[in-house]
Amino acid sequence: MKKAPLLIGIALTATLALAGCAAGGSSSATGKNATIEIGSVYEPQNLDNTAGGGQGVTEALSGNVYEGLFRLTDDGKVENLLAKDYSASADGLTYTFTLQKGVTFHSGAKLTSEDVKFSIEKVLSDKSQSARKSSLAPIASIATPDDSTVVITLKGRSISLPYNLSYVSIYNHAAKNFTTTEDGTGPYELDQWKRGSTLSLKRFDGYWGTRAKNAEVVFNYFSDATALNNALLTNAVDIVTSEQSPDALGQFTSNKDYTVTDGKSTTKLLLAFNDRVAPFNNVLVRKAVSSAIDNKKLLSSIWGKYGTVTGSMVPPTDPWYEDLTSVNPYDPALAKQELAQAGLSNGFSFTLDTPNYDPHPAAAEFIKSELAKVGITVTINTITADEWYSKVYKAHDFVATLQEHVNDRDIVFYANPDFYWGYDNPQVTQWIDEAEQATSTAEQTALLKKANEQIVADAASDWLYLYPQIVVASSKLSGYPVNGLNSQFYAYGIVKK
Amino acid sequence: MTTYVFRRLLFLVVTLFLAMAVLFVLLRLLPGDPANALLSLGATPQQIAAAQARVGADQPVLVQFGTWIGQLVTLDFGTSYISDLPVGPEIASRLVVTVPLTLIAFVLAVVVAVPVGFVAAYRSRRWYGLALSALSQLGIAVPVFWIGVLLITAFALQLRVLPAGGFPRDDWADPLDALRSLLLPVITVAIVMSASITRYVRSAVLDVLGSDYLRTSRALGASFGSAMWHHGLRNASVPVISILGIELATTFLGAVVVENVFALPGLGSMLLKAIAQHDYPDIQGILFVSTFAVLVIGFLADLVQRLVDPRLRDSVSGNDAPKNAAPLSDGERAEQQGAT
Repeated sequence: MKKAPLLIGIALTATLALAGCAAGGSSSATGKNATIEIGSVYEPQNLDNTAGGGQGVTEALSGNVYEGLFRLTDDGKVENLLAKDYSASADGLTYTFTLQKGVTFHSGAKLTSEDVKFSIEKVLSDKSQSARKSSLAPIASIATPDDSTVVITLKGRSISLPYNLSYVSIYNHAAKNFTTTEDGTGPYELDQWKRGSTLSLKRFDGYWGTRAKNAEVVFNYFSDATALNNALLTNAVDIVTSEQSPDALGQFTSNKDYTVTDGKSTTKLLLAFNDRVAPFNNVLVRKAVSSAIDNKKLLSSIWGKYGTVTGSMVPPTDPWYEDLTSVNPYDPALAKQELAQAGLSNGFSFTLDTPNYDPHPAAAEFIKSELAKVGITVTINTITADEWYSKVYKAHDFVATLQEHVNDRDIVFYANPDFYWGYDNPQVTQWIDEAEQATSTAEQTALLKKANEQIVADAASDWLYLYPQIVVASSKLSGYPVNGLNSQFYAYGIVKK
Repeated sequence: MTTYVFRRLLFLVVTLFLAMAVLFVLLRLLPGDPANALLSLGATPQQIAAAQARVGADQPVLVQFGTWIGQLVTLDFGTSYISDLPVGPEIASRLVVTVPLTLIAFVLAVVVAVPVGFVAAYRSRRWYGLALSALSQLGIAVPVFWIGVLLITAFALQLRVLPAGGFPRDDWADPLDALRSLLLPVITVAIVMSASITRYVRSAVLDVLGSDYLRTSRALGASFGSAMWHHGLRNASVPVISILGIELATTFLGAVVVENVFALPGLGSMLLKAIAQHDYPDIQGILFVSTFAVLVIGFLADLVQRLVDPRLRDSVSGNDAPKNAAPLSDGERAEQQGAT
């Protein structure tokens, strides 16, 4: 027993010695030799976004390691990137792209039109799991008359083609393994991917454009938001790409060592009705439910002063955005009136299929209590993400559900009567199809505005709120994207003082 | 002894095979579709079909099982449904974190729990003996993640002497750096493990303290320390060794909560993610490794028990009388049956 205090003493000394050792943490280099440590919860499943790589691939690799013919800037504009120039024929069916000269892949191979053709076909292939595959469906054929020219022929007009092409990463057609290695044209090359932990990129000195402003970027992945915030607080990471936990913001907003930016997100939380089945096949019932829920109160109870209520599927960064919150306003008296008109003055009950991850359970509870005030009884059925896909998305076996939709320009889902929510309005479908075939962006915008107004008038879904896109960074950092549209996160402009 | 070892090893292999068969069938019986993790919200029906084909529900279950067992023999765990990455190297890179975490925590827990349990038993009527016993009760009751969060708040956020989580990019290239990252997780796991072990050590020592043979040894002139060392400890350690084996085995995968709190890329967090996505190759690979580890630990614990307790040595089950011993008296026979 006399040995015990000695042992404890040895243990304590060893602990303090270890603790006192020089820190790992963030490097002390600044300026163009800096290493930027980025914290995120979206780890890629693999490195190929046509093979189910997921949101994490866009965040870590798009614009950083891989580039497209076009680039979607942080404020939603489409700029030429690998396409130095392009022109469309008068009938809008033939697009000719001229590639930038002198572009090399990380392996040293030169970029040619062959690589562009290969990359687009990769998205369109039978095995492709790319989320963009259906938007490139108008492409009929791709020709490569010479090394720096690509000619795309379409089956029908598609005004969004340059925009859709900004999502297509250009791969080296000779590369073998896209899931664990990369060979892109971007300002960074992949240094190391330690799954479950970090993905590091180092500056590519052979880059054809402006060199990155930092030497290395490391994405650190966390599955727990608290662990991520702790890492930021202890300077283990310099920036968090998207703050997920509203409660944690308080630690950063009042702290001068950190800058909190509220950008424009494209993620919407929806109460999606199954427009095919009773009672939600009746527009009056959908309008009633929409008017019975105080969206502003829900948003502020989850996000405080952040986020926006838009009243429709269209976020402010889409060109056809309009504030339509007055169409189905929060008005319980109106809701009761509409229910009576629908013959349901005694209310009704339904089951709400709720995904089990934040913020859906909290939103479900709120909706339940709001609807109880107008005589509607909600039974909350909590399900996993996997079950949601099987039950709601594929089998359409639901009455109403909650889901977050992250894409921008996804009003097009309402043109498809077979989409999970079953909204079927032929006029809307026609307007949306015509919008895609418009000859000018002004025409496209006008048509989509009409479509959006109709969708909202029909209360096809209840668009609860638009998530805020909150980036929290050390005050020493500048040049980082604040909107992060579609989860992209361009790291090449980040400067560390 | 050698026959025993051989028989046990055979038993181990058969158990492993059976466990894997049950797991394989169970996974495919449970509801949930591995293909869903590959899909996005804009997925076309054709993409849905392609995802189904990729996770390969096209061959009969027996054929799938046969192929998998065949691959296992060459330690080829296949590739993940979701990431397309080979499972084996992935598991290896996670073991580099989980194995040191588990082993160091285990050693620390034993080093702390054995003396503490002993004192709690020997001085069970003094205030400090009672206090140690109460403390160990508390250690079992408190949730492990709460201890982790407290330690992070104190040492990482307030005092800034240790990292709040994560593991160095280059693994053990800088051993001190890796140990710094593991220090708080190790302490967290060790606190809970040692609380449990303390309870068992205490009750085993209490048993021994009240035993006839110890009193006889004292009566024959041995000092307390000598009697404990030569007779008491070996008897007390037999049940404790079983517990140590169980604790080590459960901590191996049970550290998943600690891994989440400390953002460690360990085996537990890989398993959790694989289960959520129904990634069968990952799940099967991890459970093969962990079942193997549990069986080996159990086997080693058994072996150590036999080395410590001669009465167990010459039999498989421990219930038979040793072959070369003199016939037992009634008292000895009763004692032997009590010992197993």
